[in-house]
Amino acid sequence: MSTNSLPHSPFAALNRGPLAYVALTAYIAVTSILMLTNTRTSLGTDVSFVLFLLGFLLLYRARVSNGYKLALGAIMLIGVVPYFGTMNAYYIELAIQAGIFVALALGLNVVVGFAGLLDLGYVAFFAVGAYLWGIFSTDQIAQISPGASPVSPQLFYLFMALGLFVGAFFGVLLGLPVLRLRGDYLAIVTLGLGEVIRVLAVNLDRPINITNGSQGIKSIARPPLPDFLYAIFPGLDNPQLYQLFIYALALLVVGITVLTVFRLKNSRIGRAWEAIREDETAAIAMGVPLVRMKLMAFAVGASFAGVMGVLFAAKQQFINPPTFDLIRSIGILAMVILGGMGSIPGVILGGVLVTLLDLQILPRIATELGALKRQGIVIPDWFDPAQYQRALFGLLLILMMIFRPEGILPDQRRREEAHETAVQEAPEEAEAGEVKPV
Amino acid sequence: MAIAADALPAPASRRTLRMTLAGVFGPLGQVFIFVVGSAIVLSVITVLVAFLLRGTRTNVDLVQATLTILPQVIVDGLVRGFLFATIALGYTMVYGVLEFINFAHGEIFMVGAFSGAALGTVLAASGMLNAIPPLLFVLIAVIVGMLVSGMLAMTIERVAYRPLRNAPRLVPLISAIGVSLLLQDGMRLIANVTGLGFNARFPTPNFGPPLQLAQIPAADGRTIPLILDVRALIFIVAATLMLIGLNYLVNATKLGTAIRAVAQDRPTASLMGINVNQIIALTFLIGGALGGAAGVLFGIRVGTVNPYIGFLPGLKAFTAAVLGGIGNIPGAMVGGIVLGFLEAFVASYLSLLTGGAFSGASYADIVAFAILILILIFRPSGLLGEAVAQKV
Repeated sequence: MSTNSLPHSPFAALNRGPLAYVALTAYIAVTSILMLTNTRTSLGTDVSFVLFLLGFLLLYRARVSNGYKLALGAIMLIGVVPYFGTMNAYYIELAIQAGIFVALALGLNVVVGFAGLLDLGYVAFFAVGAYLWGIFSTDQIAQISPGASPVSPQLFYLFMALGLFVGAFFGVLLGLPVLRLRGDYLAIVTLGLGEVIRVLAVNLDRPINITNGSQGIKSIARPPLPDFLYAIFPGLDNPQLYQLFIYALALLVVGITVLTVFRLKNSRIGRAWEAIREDETAAIAMGVPLVRMKLMAFAVGASFAGVMGVLFAAKQQFINPPTFDLIRSIGILAMVILGGMGSIPGVILGGVLVTLLDLQILPRIATELGALKRQGIVIPDWFDPAQYQRALFGLLLILMMIFRPEGILPDQRRREEAHETAVQEAPEEAEAGEVKPV
Repeated sequence: MAIAADALPAPASRRTLRMTLAGVFGPLGQVFIFVVGSAIVLSVITVLVAFLLRGTRTNVDLVQATLTILPQVIVDGLVRGFLFATIALGYTMVYGVLEFINFAHGEIFMVGAFSGAALGTVLAASGMLNAIPPLLFVLIAVIVGMLVSGMLAMTIERVAYRPLRNAPRLVPLISAIGVSLLLQDGMRLIANVTGLGFNARFPTPNFGPPLQLAQIPAADGRTIPLILDVRALIFIVAATLMLIGLNYLVNATKLGTAIRAVAQDRPTASLMGINVNQIIALTFLIGGALGGAAGVLFGIRVGTVNPYIGFLPGLKAFTAAVLGGIGNIPGAMVGGIVLGFLEAFVASYLSLLTGGAFSGASYADIVAFAILILILIFRPSGLLGEAVAQKV
């Protein structure tokens, strides 16, 4: 079962000792060079990009000193990716998207993974953040209160902070009525609430035009480029600089999120969440303030989504209700489950993987199939993998639940839990598996 | 568990005819009371609101306008109610035996609708569609839909739920969400491959013109006809028959006794010689078949089907099941009826009463979820459910 202990593999020697430093550096150098020398968007570049990203996983698993890991990781994230991005905008866009979704997944992980509350309406908070900036930074504000003018783009950073509080507020608001519900009810109710937010976004163009209905909000302001960027990168044009800037912003936010989540997990609050997840009754008996802790989980998770919503709106410059539909919530949930509920590195991996699958790998397969078709190979028109996201997410969820519910990079405690139940229930499986312990 | 609440002691063979009849038609009486009750209560409230708001609008007489469309709204509510009730039965039966929300049930409904549409398309292509009597077509289509959906539900249980039966509660739920998404896209793929198309037409024989039940005199001397579409009538009748059949099955047969026993106490039922796995599979079969039949009837009424039609009705049917008290079969019917009426009233009157400021059809969805939340907060056991302390 424990397939994740690499030392048993033939590459064990490469994973520790001095050889590990050499092998790791060589791998990252080779993939970086491979990527940087072939910048045209193509299948080959896709492969080298994925191999390059795989370097992060190797870096995480390798037994080298933490300082070395950090240094290499920083070179890759701050050096190689942005440099590559200046040559090909598509991949840095991908990296930004992955960053946003990793932060969202980390936020959902607080609710689902730490506290064990299945939230299927998570994207609602993301929508709240996005509409917050969308409404206040465009002429939409004049529709709500005539005479008001859009806020200055300089205030973007203030609004990111505001997104944090508005997200947390909505998290508590939506958390309050559903606190007493048992896990599965909670899932359905949050799903319903997520739908309610989407329906409201579609319909709140009357009687007062707040969200501009299904047309969405256009030309949302972006934060102004800091002037020193022009000085540092004189050779780059404006869109390139902007990509870099947004990338840096996303990286910063993800970094802060990871730190916050990591600190939370190992704090008193994190342990209280864990206790609630494992056994609510026992947690109450131990003096864990159930209501406060559950609300806090909702609020923390939602506040990340609120901040990312503001950033997302500024990056896309356009938002409309379908951006925030159920499938997006499920996609974020798939990231958390794929990587491993409760495990921070796992969720980061899950977020990157699902974003890549969704935005790069499936469309790439579709393009390649299209190329094959032009060469005369018969591929039916209906077969377009990029159209079947739902099937992909669905399969992912089912297979993970059946074969590896603890995820790819499981949280230590979750893994023990999964193992424990497997051992306990093995004899019952033998008797046709029909008796459930009460 | 409320399925088993009434009259367990006497075995089916020794029950008197009176008890059997009470078991079969008793819940129907309850449903009837709730139909009449919610129709009256909602009508009175709406008319009262219209009366209070009549000053706000000068161009129309609100009370008059409200009254003229009232009968049509009630018919609409009835149809919606029976739709939710038939789907909700599938949720509630599975919940009764497994305490598990079968999230994919809405998609089982959708697959039923598609199998009916496929049958209709095949018959239409062979030119036989108008040769067979409409009622016979409905019967065949419903049976096909029941078979396909029932088998599908059973297969899903075997593949995606049974391996997870002893896992923590959220694990099978997440798997069920996965099944739901997979079925949506799987059906989309099949519909595209077979040429049915994303928005598949549901060809049916001609059912004839709608029935005119009455002529309602309007204010300006014209009359407004009260129309009942034949397909809506078929829906109501068929749903009622299914409810009777299910009541018979659950309350008056040996299989029903076994299902109730499993719902009440799985280990003990197993000790009494009941094959629990088989009963759970059969429960999925029955629930799925009901969903499939509802899907076919819905498809016949609407005329087109697409792979995503199951999602919202599924959610609302779940709401209905919770509203009636989940795990409780008469409760699911009652909950469906009440929710259907509420939705119909909101959908029809919200725009009228607010002068078009709010679109009723969209806000009807919100009403369903609002009810779900309110019920879960104030009466988690539902309208007909009994308060059950959570096991520790």
